[in-house]
Amino acid sequence: MDKFTIKNMNLYYGDFHALKNVELNMQEKRITAFIGPSGCGKSTLLKSLNRMNDLVEGCKITGDIKLNGEDIYGSMDVNILRKRVGMVFQKANPFPMSVYDNIAFGPRTHGIKNKRELDRIVEETLRDAAIWDELKDRLKKSALGLSGGQQQRLCIARALAVKPEVLLMDEATSALDPVSTGKIEELCLRLKDKYTIIMVTHNMQQALRISDKTAFFLLGEMIEYNDTDLIFSSPQDKRTEEYITGRFG
Amino acid sequence: MRLNRIKEMAMQGVFLLTAITSIAAVVLICIFLFYNGVPAITEIGFLNFVGGQKWAPTNVPASYGILNMIIGSIYVTAGAVVVGVPIGVLTAVFLARFCPAPLYKVLKPATELLAGIPSIVYGFFGLMVIVPFIREHFGGGSSLLAASFVLGIMILPTIIGVSESAIRAVPESYYEGALALGATRERSVFKAILPASKSGILAGVVLGTGRAIGETMAVILIAGNQVQIPSSLTDGVRTLTANIVLEMGYSTGLHRQALIATGVVLFVFILIITLSMQAIKSRSEKYG
Repeated sequence: MDKFTIKNMNLYYGDFHALKNVELNMQEKRITAFIGPSGCGKSTLLKSLNRMNDLVEGCKITGDIKLNGEDIYGSMDVNILRKRVGMVFQKANPFPMSVYDNIAFGPRTHGIKNKRELDRIVEETLRDAAIWDELKDRLKKSALGLSGGQQQRLCIARALAVKPEVLLMDEATSALDPVSTGKIEELCLRLKDKYTIIMVTHNMQQALRISDKTAFFLLGEMIEYNDTDLIFSSPQDKRTEEYITGRFG
Repeated sequence: MRLNRIKEMAMQGVFLLTAITSIAAVVLICIFLFYNGVPAITEIGFLNFVGGQKWAPTNVPASYGILNMIIGSIYVTAGAVVVGVPIGVLTAVFLARFCPAPLYKVLKPATELLAGIPSIVYGFFGLMVIVPFIREHFGGGSSLLAASFVLGIMILPTIIGVSESAIRAVPESYYEGALALGATRERSVFKAILPASKSGILAGVVLGTGRAIGETMAVILIAGNQVQIPSSLTDGVRTLTANIVLEMGYSTGLHRQALIATGVVLFVFILIITLSMQAIKSRSEKYG
């Protein structure tokens, strides 16, 4: 089933035409990867899916983006959208508070105050993010004391705590070492049983390792979209081939 | 080559001299205050001075208890904090996060202008506007309430300025992180950004407190200056600073020294405030 359907979507930053006529359907409980050289618009597209682009002044979007058939730029409340479509950023951004309060931030935002309920959610999401064993004795300690990889997995857990349907990952491993990256990739593979994951990555091996579908972007256009193994084994477009074989980008 | 070296050393000398000037000023003030004030405190007796409730320097025998003034200063300062901190911090939040650019161009200089107004003008404002207002609506007039209110306004620029830069120093990623969890703009600001800037905001509050406790001219005009521990907000109150200014002109001998000793007490208060300020700073450096 399609989770996100994007039709005839254009995005402008002021006069700059950043995304051109994007048509894309992303399936539920799959990992979809966006690849392409810097400035190709892949991150911009990702940020359109939970409307984080609203923060950018002069950003204008035309066309349709639908979540389960519902227009996300229509009457849908943007805060509800962001609860349903969680996001993990390139640079881990835990709040300067305890591990517990980081996880509880989202549930508290959405009205859960009961201590026992929060305790349960914190444990459950940390287990979901496979970081419970590392952090269970440090719940009251500041999240800023964790290692970079732990911080990023904490941020994934924090996003999961509000029970999103979709998880957006914006180059979430690009600042991490290979071991931490491996852990997050494993985590993604486990999480796709429950969540739809859409990731932007600079790392083509990463896309190849964990994604089911891959979309290749170039200069604001979506060039090719297909099953990941097909994109990498027999790309249809010459530009895709040149990119994945490392001839540019 | 040699000339350059000499020039360099000369410039270093100049810098050293200017640096020493400010330190020398602090040291000299310290020495002056304690040299003139401490003998009076020993003569009166430390507990009689700081803990005494009777201030009657012209009586025979005279008594020099400044407890009323110490309490007065603390009350007035606390009142100023109660008035100034919520307004100041919320203004800083508005300026840093919600203010549209055209409005900011007006509001920001306005808050800075507030800092430039001479304190005697605040005093006049209090005397002509606040005091009559209080007299009409609550009774009394020149009072703890009037002083707290005017001082609360006077410390606004300090609190706003320091808090605003503290809020602006918080990484935008905290705000985005909160928004991405479905938090509203307001919740993201108050629950993610504000906690992250709390040590900076606290520093602003402490700085404002220092300003309030040392303020003199405005307070004299509107506080009533009765030597008493106020039992209600509309009672008059005399602060340490007011005590010194009101009586310095005609005091002699031990009376004069006791006033300088009052200055010593004030100085100790400021010292405590400055030290706690340093503690907050080093703490925030440690924990980010």
